[in-house]
Amino acid sequence: MSASIELENVSKRYGALTVLDDISLSIAAGEFVVFLGPSGCGKSTLLRMIAGLEDVSSGTISVGGRRVDTLPPGKRGVAMVFQSYALYPHMTVRQNMAFGLENIGVPKDEIGRRVKAAAQTLEIDHLIDRKPQKLSGGQRQRVAIGRAIVKEPAAFLFDEPLSNLDAALRGRTRLELAQLHARLGSTMIFVTHDQVEAMTLADRIVIMNARRIEQIGTPMEIYQRPATRFVASFIGSPTMNFLPLTAIEKGQSGLALSVAGLGRVETSFPSQTKIDVEGASLGIRAEDLSISAEGETGIPLKAEIVERLGDRTLVYGVLGDGSKLTVEADGRAAVRAGEVLQVRLAPDTFHLFAADGRAVRGGQ
Amino acid sequence: MAESYRRSQWSHGLFILPYLCFFLVLLVFPLFWGMWLSLHKADLFGPGRFVGLTNYTRVLADPVFLQALRNTIIFVAVSVPALVVIGLFLALALNRTTRATSFFRGLFFSSSVLSVTIVTLIWRFVFIPGDGLLAVLFKQVGLTPISFLSTSGWSLFSVGAATVWWCIGLPMMLFLAALQQVPQDLYEAAALDNASGWRVLTRITLPSIARTIVLVTIIQIVLQFQLFGQAQLMTNGGPSGTSRPLVMYIYEVGFVRWDIGRGAAASQILFLIILVAAMAQYIVSSRKTEA
Repeated sequence: MSASIELENVSKRYGALTVLDDISLSIAAGEFVVFLGPSGCGKSTLLRMIAGLEDVSSGTISVGGRRVDTLPPGKRGVAMVFQSYALYPHMTVRQNMAFGLENIGVPKDEIGRRVKAAAQTLEIDHLIDRKPQKLSGGQRQRVAIGRAIVKEPAAFLFDEPLSNLDAALRGRTRLELAQLHARLGSTMIFVTHDQVEAMTLADRIVIMNARRIEQIGTPMEIYQRPATRFVASFIGSPTMNFLPLTAIEKGQSGLALSVAGLGRVETSFPSQTKIDVEGASLGIRAEDLSISAEGETGIPLKAEIVERLGDRTLVYGVLGDGSKLTVEADGRAAVRAGEVLQVRLAPDTFHLFAADGRAVRGGQ
Repeated sequence: MAESYRRSQWSHGLFILPYLCFFLVLLVFPLFWGMWLSLHKADLFGPGRFVGLTNYTRVLADPVFLQALRNTIIFVAVSVPALVVIGLFLALALNRTTRATSFFRGLFFSSSVLSVTIVTLIWRFVFIPGDGLLAVLFKQVGLTPISFLSTSGWSLFSVGAATVWWCIGLPMMLFLAALQQVPQDLYEAAALDNASGWRVLTRITLPSIARTIVLVTIIQIVLQFQLFGQAQLMTNGGPSGTSRPLVMYIYEVGFVRWDIGRGAAASQILFLIILVAAMAQYIVSSRKTEA
């Protein structure tokens, strides 16, 4: 079973403090949506409001077309997996999974069947009579997911469920969650501050910052066409380079920008685009810059720090005017700190941001 | 290296030496001296003579001792569950942070800081026939007042009521501390699991604080077996010994009749009873937790 989720003009206030401001969002049945944002942006609060663990100050929340924001958590048809797992410590795995079903009077044999099926799916059937303290972090995580699955909810809510796992286990569990979603076809909302989790799991990502939604889109839309400078800087590693503009003119086929440290750059942004040069900036991802081969000309960059990641090399350098620029080079690039490199720009890979942070469309 | 390590370990022992001295002199020595005394016919004025287990057989054959033992067991069997249940109830009711709950926590705990003399004075005002609070209330509703302190059965009840009122602060505080240790997300998970208030209490809250319930019960068993001051000051053990506790028997034998040996023997029996009761409670509940 899966259901759509609708949030209409949802706000959350604690006295004079507003933590979520007029959030509207529509999630289709069976969709995997990730709420992504920095700590304190309100993403967990929004999830807890959908779960019913926080009151809604204004606005409405519907699950499967039924308004739920006035209902208690247990009556909303959603199941939640907590960051800390929140397993009942004195109950066995079986009892943990059965507790919610007992509370709504599901017949015993039906409970047994569902618990067994979920345990098999999650490969925890050999742990079923153990208590949580006898389980590893990854096993607890599975039990917490199992406890949600047996309820056959209309939607699954995950509150940073991978953050307590070590890196290897996190990667594996991420993959398993994706498989679980494919198998169950349920609506899932997943809260995280980890962009890799968001990019790999989501059908759509909801980027949140400072009480509001910055952008909603598929992972590739978010990555390739960030709606704001915040989204552009939050998604992608290393962070996108931002260079201030000094002049905007009509160029050969679009806008010609005078960029601090780079000089005049021809772009394909439509020449009729209205944008004030004051406070505007040009964004370039590190992978859209490359180091010119020896003898070729480019923009001189003095390498300050060279990070070798094996498959690629990150060069953090300074341009002629003192602006910082990060360039991604091949893993085998023979770059040394202190060296002056020639950097080449890939055409039409630019992001143009107005002073208020909004992206100017039409570049690519 | 090994030698210096061994020496440094010995020097660590010096830190507990001061405490150890007091422990040996004030606790271990009196304990064994009490055992030694219980085997002698002795008074406070000089060395006694060895009489073997005579003191024990005389104490166990003494109807006054048996009555005091019965009184004490009834008292513990009623007051300890009352302290645990009322303490838990108060803690559950006051387990939130508002100004009112802080006030009531302070109020309920305040009785604990009073001395037994004050407590018994207050409760004498409540129970005393004629002008006592209960007598006035009884008269108001047209009932004949009961002489709580001088009626067989009611006298021990009165001592119990005063004791529960006096001692309720500690169980309440220990339960509150335990409740605040229960992770909030367990309650959130239970809310999403559709658990009713009763299911949350019996399946989440009580199992989560089971250790504290055992602790409070054992502490209270140990404390309430030592009942003395309230009974001495409110009823003086009366009427006809129906509210005389074991410690009062020990006091009367040892310090009124000067039969220190027999008093010591009765003390050893009380010590054994407390030990067995507390251990039994511990073993039963730890088995239950494991199951």
